[in-house]
Amino acid sequence: MSIPEMDWTPLWLTMQLAGVTVVVLLLVGTPMAWWLAFTRSRFRTLVEAIVALPIVLPPTVLGFYLLVALGPHGLIGGPWKDLTGSALSFTFTGLVIASTFYSLPFVVQPLHGAFEAVGKKPLEAAWSLGASRLDAFFTVASPMAVRGYLSAVVLGFAHTLGEFGVVLMVGGNIPGVTKVLSIAIYDHVEVLEYTQAHFLSAMLLAFSFLILAIVYTVNRRLPIHVS
Amino acid sequence: MSQLDARFHIDYPGFRFDVACRVPLDGLIAVFGSSGSGKTTLLRCIAGLTRASSGFLQFDEAVWQDDARGVFLPVERRRVGVVFQEARLFPHLTVTQNLTYGMKRSSPSSRRIEFDHVSALLRLEPLFQRRVSHLSGGEQQRVAIGRALLRNPQLLLMDEPLASLDRQRKKEIVPFLQQLNREFRIPVLYVSHDLHEVLQLANHMVLLKEGSVAATGPIQDVFARLDLPELVESNAVGAILETRIVEHEPHFGLTRVEFLGQSLFLPQQALPPGAPLRVQILSRDVSLTVGAPLAASSALNALEATITEVSESPGDPYAVEVKLDVGSPLLAMITRKSFHQLRLKPGQQVHASFKAVALN
Repeated sequence: MSIPEMDWTPLWLTMQLAGVTVVVLLLVGTPMAWWLAFTRSRFRTLVEAIVALPIVLPPTVLGFYLLVALGPHGLIGGPWKDLTGSALSFTFTGLVIASTFYSLPFVVQPLHGAFEAVGKKPLEAAWSLGASRLDAFFTVASPMAVRGYLSAVVLGFAHTLGEFGVVLMVGGNIPGVTKVLSIAIYDHVEVLEYTQAHFLSAMLLAFSFLILAIVYTVNRRLPIHVS
Repeated sequence: MSQLDARFHIDYPGFRFDVACRVPLDGLIAVFGSSGSGKTTLLRCIAGLTRASSGFLQFDEAVWQDDARGVFLPVERRRVGVVFQEARLFPHLTVTQNLTYGMKRSSPSSRRIEFDHVSALLRLEPLFQRRVSHLSGGEQQRVAIGRALLRNPQLLLMDEPLASLDRQRKKEIVPFLQQLNREFRIPVLYVSHDLHEVLQLANHMVLLKEGSVAATGPIQDVFARLDLPELVESNAVGAILETRIVEHEPHFGLTRVEFLGQSLFLPQQALPPGAPLRVQILSRDVSLTVGAPLAASSALNALEATITEVSESPGDPYAVEVKLDVGSPLLAMITRKSFHQLRLKPGQQVHASFKAVALN
């Protein structure tokens, strides 16, 4: 089988989407995970449940609500339009926001677990040695939670790669803007271009396997064993 | 002398923590009590790790907490060194990085403790390149003590630092703790439930019971009190004397020590002449003689004493406790019969002979 004539844009777009989404998720997910790990608020379980929702919700359901929210009159899309003058639906930015919700549990949960494993004790030690809260977070909690970060990045990235239903609902199928890998595969199958579909699917499979294998190997070799 | 003035109140479900004490900021202050008496809570409140619902804490001139005025200095700004029960070293850092973590975060002007000094005292150098997870419990605790010291604290807080160690490791660390005090002149607040540790190390003591202070004072005074069942029941009351080794008498297997110009004899000690030695006398090991000491007696140790107080023995209806002053308080437990025969009363001069035990 020779390499078929291919449009590489969906692949490149997918990587971009997954990359940006992971960065956003780390920024949003870290404080959330931290809060979940250390709060004594009675709303904790409630927030935990909300974060976990995308795992069980059909992507179309999530996609539908996001479509409404991102629309020009929606909860997110409305203020966005007032602020920037442009709509969110069927744009790359809209896709990033949707993916952030979609992959949230895959980033928050490993971080939450990692912070919980680190616990208060090393932090108290750091504070008592003169470290501010932020200092202790960066110099003690984060390095100790490095396995959690690794899992969060990989799971968040991989999960966003494979996203289909949500993208279809929110982003549509605009080449170069929102047409990601999984949708490209779907399109190829629709018009019976099985060679191209095979090729892209195999790449996604190999790539997913590769990064997971790397993560598990690295994870095993990391020197830090928390508790 | 500067003082630590602490008052904390916390209502836990089923437990009221209500502590008020003033201790001199000098030497080693032991916080002693059974488990659940609130020792660790007191230490955490002083450190600023637990915030009492209402509290006041003044360190010398500086107010660290005053809830009446809304003052609460967070732990990282209190300049306390904390040594926890578990060493709590940072597993992702080397031993050296652990040691310098607090040092790097203390202002250069406050740095008076030298890295080399600490590492020499605690013999840390062989550990520098080791992984934290490969250190033994005793080694970890030594690194933790060094790390806290290099923070250049004004007050060192230790929460049963020896509790997680076996007897051999404890023996290894105790001499370091004794030196610490002399070398760095940092007051140490030391939480313990081990009476022997307290007797070896402390100059001052806060006795906690069910969340409040049962007694506080210099250790010599507290261990000569009869109203503290915790101490009386563990047969620890009597006297604690600060002596100095004069000479060894190896042919008799004895060591002569000096206490306020008088000689005492103990079983031979390992320390060299000139070394300070803390000596314990248990009240039931003391006997009293009225008038001149017997010209010939098998008792080696006799001190002139003045009776200050006489009271019933809390444990034994046929015994009487006599409190004496030998330059330091001394408690003697004698039989009721001897008490009546000798007609002892406060103010009277007697001779106390006893068996002395070294606290090392």
